[in-house]
Amino acid sequence: MTGFMAHLRYNGMTVGVAETECALEALTQIDASDPAQTRLALKAICANDAERFDRFDELFTAYWFNTGRERSRDAKKDERPPEKNRWSNQSLFDQGQESAGAGTQDLPDDSDDGEASHSGDGKLIASQMKNIDKADLREFMKPEDLPRAERVAEQIAKAIRDRRSRRRRAARRGASLDLRKIARRSVATGGEPIELIKRTKPDRPVHLVALLDVSGSMTVYSRVFLAFLKGLMSADQRTDAYLFHTQLVRISDALRDGDTFRAVNRLSMMAQGFGGGTKIGTNLELFNAQYASRCVNGRTVVLILSDGYDTDPPEKIAQALARLKKRGCKIIWLNPLKGWKDYEPVAAGMAAALPHLDLFASATTLGDLAALEPHLGRV
Amino acid sequence: MTWTDLKSDLAEASYIASNELAMALHLSLHLGRPLLLEGAAGVGKTQIAKTLAEIKGTNLIRLQCYEGLDSASAIYEWNYQRQLLAIRATGDAASGDEIEDKIFSEKYLLRRPLLEAIQQDTPPVLLIDEVDRADEEFEAYLLEILSDFQVSIPELGTIEATCRPHVVLTANGARDLSDALRRRCIYSFVEYPNRTTELAILAKRQPGLNARLSEQIVGFVQALRKEELEKKPGVAEMLDWAAALSGLGLNDLSDDPVTLQATLVCLLKTQADQAAIPTEVAQRLAGKAA
Repeated sequence: MTGFMAHLRYNGMTVGVAETECALEALTQIDASDPAQTRLALKAICANDAERFDRFDELFTAYWFNTGRERSRDAKKDERPPEKNRWSNQSLFDQGQESAGAGTQDLPDDSDDGEASHSGDGKLIASQMKNIDKADLREFMKPEDLPRAERVAEQIAKAIRDRRSRRRRAARRGASLDLRKIARRSVATGGEPIELIKRTKPDRPVHLVALLDVSGSMTVYSRVFLAFLKGLMSADQRTDAYLFHTQLVRISDALRDGDTFRAVNRLSMMAQGFGGGTKIGTNLELFNAQYASRCVNGRTVVLILSDGYDTDPPEKIAQALARLKKRGCKIIWLNPLKGWKDYEPVAAGMAAALPHLDLFASATTLGDLAALEPHLGRV
Repeated sequence: MTWTDLKSDLAEASYIASNELAMALHLSLHLGRPLLLEGAAGVGKTQIAKTLAEIKGTNLIRLQCYEGLDSASAIYEWNYQRQLLAIRATGDAASGDEIEDKIFSEKYLLRRPLLEAIQQDTPPVLLIDEVDRADEEFEAYLLEILSDFQVSIPELGTIEATCRPHVVLTANGARDLSDALRRRCIYSFVEYPNRTTELAILAKRQPGLNARLSEQIVGFVQALRKEELEKKPGVAEMLDWAAALSGLGLNDLSDDPVTLQATLVCLLKTQADQAAIPTEVAQRLAGKAA
């Protein structure tokens, strides 16, 4: 059983000692000699989200019936240069802790600074990144600069999203009476509730939905933007992220993946066609049809990161955006080209989109990303 | 009791569960772990909790989650109005301690679902519906309750559970749930039922329906789920539709295109979806289902 758990862990399931224990206990509740029953039982315990639920049967058969399954993660591990390990310090830290008990993984431990900057606030980060935030992202083409830019992008994103929410709180004017407080205060007046304290709901952070264009014209920026999205995602479970080029792929789960190696793998698998043409209009329509009903409402900010070079007819973008807009969301379009001198939205798609946007901002430098903060705050 | 017994018990109570679901439920009952169910709306996630309460012969306590749900409406709250009245009514006669003991007794405590669930004589079924709608803070609190089954109230002390409720959590995917919560639960993903299962469900719920119409209804709904719709019809919608058709005295779907089209309001719940299935498409689907 321990062997099987290690096998699952190796294939990306989050199972630990507790699950092993639980599984052994479960086997006493059923007829463990019947493989079908055992499979169902272990599936219920070990698979803990929809995707893993799907994959479990395959892994089960592979282990117990020895049909053999290539461990895809292993093969790709060597290809990556070591500095990419820094893709996300925070998640490496988590992962390192988790696997320390199991002793299966040996990850580079540069978690200290990641941890420190996470708990700090946005201002600290601002001073730290001063040197590079003004530079055009295109200049980060040297491999040794890229991880740094990615890290800063991620930290900016985390700082933007790092807002503690409090639920109802005391306020001068509010919808309901705060009876707990009134009762407490009335002690001073001999049980007479004289001072009436009210409470109200604080503003809530907006939900973010990000659509990232990874077509050929955006290749230079996409790595940094991905890191930015990863930072946005990690601070808030409601954030959703999608990639598009000629197709639309949801990457929220991949970005949240605690295991950095696997996250990169999954992303690269999803983004086949990375660097090809773009169909912004088609993808927006697809997004409207498949996902928007679930995750876009009046409190959502839809973030589109694209340069607006499209192979679809421009009316299509306009239509799709208009439909999206009807859901009551805000649409922000970040265009890395806008930071250029004398930029005019001449790309037909971009021009068609403009009337439907709440904000059309540039994303040429990291400073531009940081400047987004007020728009991604509260409603 | 084995898991197949449980499955047949459920079937007797008109709930046809898949193998995966029955096993997950069986384990969650025997290991005392919460059961987390995910799946599209209308696949019967909430219903299984109700059915479980029915076959166990216990209460169903339901906590509907929503954004902004806090401990005052999920666990407990003092009944401040009564407390204030009690203070006034006692007047100056009683000493401070007496009043305090009086107003901070269980009589003045408003029990909310979570507290109520752990104070029953027989273990109830606690349904925490749409947990993904509640905030992340609430999720953390829930974790604590689900692992310790005790609630501490500063004025009263810790209230220990008199029983461990069978906990069923459901989620629709409005947001991702934390790994910590997932790991404490037995998990099952509930799919739309397949043809045979759905037929069995229909036969249980609408025993009077003739076999040919049942086949057609299930075939039609199954085909409809494959169409591009904003909201796919769930099992409940299918049952509504079957009831509507039998109420209208229809014996064969292909008999009466007008009625068929008119009754589609039971299945298609948005304007865009209704526009997406015009009469011709409905007829084609009905033809396939026949």
